[in-house]
Amino acid sequence: MSDRPILSAHRITHLYPTPRGEILALREVSLTLRPGEFVCLVGPSGCGKTTLLRILAGLLLPTRGEVWLREQPLRGPDRRVGIVFQKDSLLPWRTAMENVRLPLELGGWPPLEAMERAKELLEQVGLKGFEQAYPQELSGGMQRRVALARALAADPEILLLDEPFAALDAITRERLNEALVELWERQRKTVLMVTHDVQEAAWLADRVLIMSPRPGTIVAEIQIPFPRPRGADRWAHPAFLQTVWAIRQALGNGGG
Amino acid sequence: MLGKAAGWGIMGRSAIWLPRAGTVFLFVFLWSLLVRIGDYPPFILPGPERVAARLWALAAEGALWRHWWATAVEVGLGLGLGVTVGLALAYPLAHWRLFEQMMTPYLVASQAVPIIAVAPLLIIWFGPGLLARVLVSALVAFFPILVSAIAGFRQVPLEWRELFRSLQATRWQTFWKLEWPAALPVIFGGLKISATLSVIGAFVGELISADRGIGFLIKQGQGLYDTPLVFGGILLLASQALLLYGAISALEHRWVRR
Repeated sequence: MSDRPILSAHRITHLYPTPRGEILALREVSLTLRPGEFVCLVGPSGCGKTTLLRILAGLLLPTRGEVWLREQPLRGPDRRVGIVFQKDSLLPWRTAMENVRLPLELGGWPPLEAMERAKELLEQVGLKGFEQAYPQELSGGMQRRVALARALAADPEILLLDEPFAALDAITRERLNEALVELWERQRKTVLMVTHDVQEAAWLADRVLIMSPRPGTIVAEIQIPFPRPRGADRWAHPAFLQTVWAIRQALGNGGG
Repeated sequence: MLGKAAGWGIMGRSAIWLPRAGTVFLFVFLWSLLVRIGDYPPFILPGPERVAARLWALAAEGALWRHWWATAVEVGLGLGLGVTVGLALAYPLAHWRLFEQMMTPYLVASQAVPIIAVAPLLIIWFGPGLLARVLVSALVAFFPILVSAIAGFRQVPLEWRELFRSLQATRWQTFWKLEWPAALPVIFGGLKISATLSVIGAFVGELISADRGIGFLIKQGQGLYDTPLVFGGILLLASQALLLYGAISALEHRWVRR
């Protein structure tokens, strides 16, 4: 693992124009992702997490500041950066397989190869046998799995996840998080996941970044030292609970 | 869920057609009842059997099919032209505000003037042939599809647009793989209205100038007080609208997933 950052944000400030004047959404946000890292971004709702993620994905140009992807500034969307949105973004007229295949189609893959790869990815996220199902026929958890497989299809180096499992019940969510970690351990993508769940962050991440309420800025960074795999027995370790508490405290200090 | 969809085939069909046949039967029954009770002369209100006989006689002459087909051609071409122009205008109108602001007054004005007022002008300009009647039909057909397609293109959710942007889709890919399929359900709604209007447009064109077609038949029937012929013409017009509507619904069923 090299220590050279793969994606970095430098003093990102973002203003939103509204009819009643400008709103300062982000203030001087700087962060660095190193290759293969799993980083969680925690913050109160409305702190600009989604805005930050969209800026990192090149979907939104910040008012001030820069994003660098490896040695170059990011000027727009880049296929090396994949994003899974908070809201469901599966296309209802496409089957699970066709949804996963979409990035490959757009990238000009030969249809047969694209199909093979989409099938493989669906299998990896545990949806073998559901290739021909339409999104409406799948449960919420399964839909999120398809969305994840689709994000992986373009084979991005960095995966940005915007509260990907927020709308799910606790049990489904835990299973999906397990699946996500398993995928990450196998593929070693760099992951930045936005969440508002402190325990989730402590469980999944190598490092947790904590944001303040609006205007959002990063107020703390907490290393999670626990070895992987981190099973359900994490709850039996006082050190884990202490880390959860530390994140909770850092969030509280930010005024949330 | 899949099992239920598959079961629809046989059960669903008879479940739809039975009540449909029932309403047709009821309609014809009430119609003939009205004629009998009121004891109207045939040139005021002919019974269904007289209208059927008149249509049969027309068919025996070989004229029925000829007139029906003449109108069908106008409707088909008019609707095709209207839909093509409507869709071709909808995309830039949905995407470029300036273009929309420039065009909207003309588009709305074209619909505010009654078609019956514009039709004679088109016939003066383009002659009494097929072209003018197709244009009249297209002129009424293009507006609903235009409006619905603009709405359809505009209401593509932001998440989907961002997905395509993040995957660096080209403009054409975004149109073909996102905007078009996303707008299709709404476009079909407009298409159904356009289809029925295109029949009216072709008919208006024929009323003003034609030597064949259902409009011509109805005008002839009016002149001769051949009321059964007028009724027959109305039924023929309705048959075209129904046929088109059914064909569009079938396409919608195949192409649109809800």
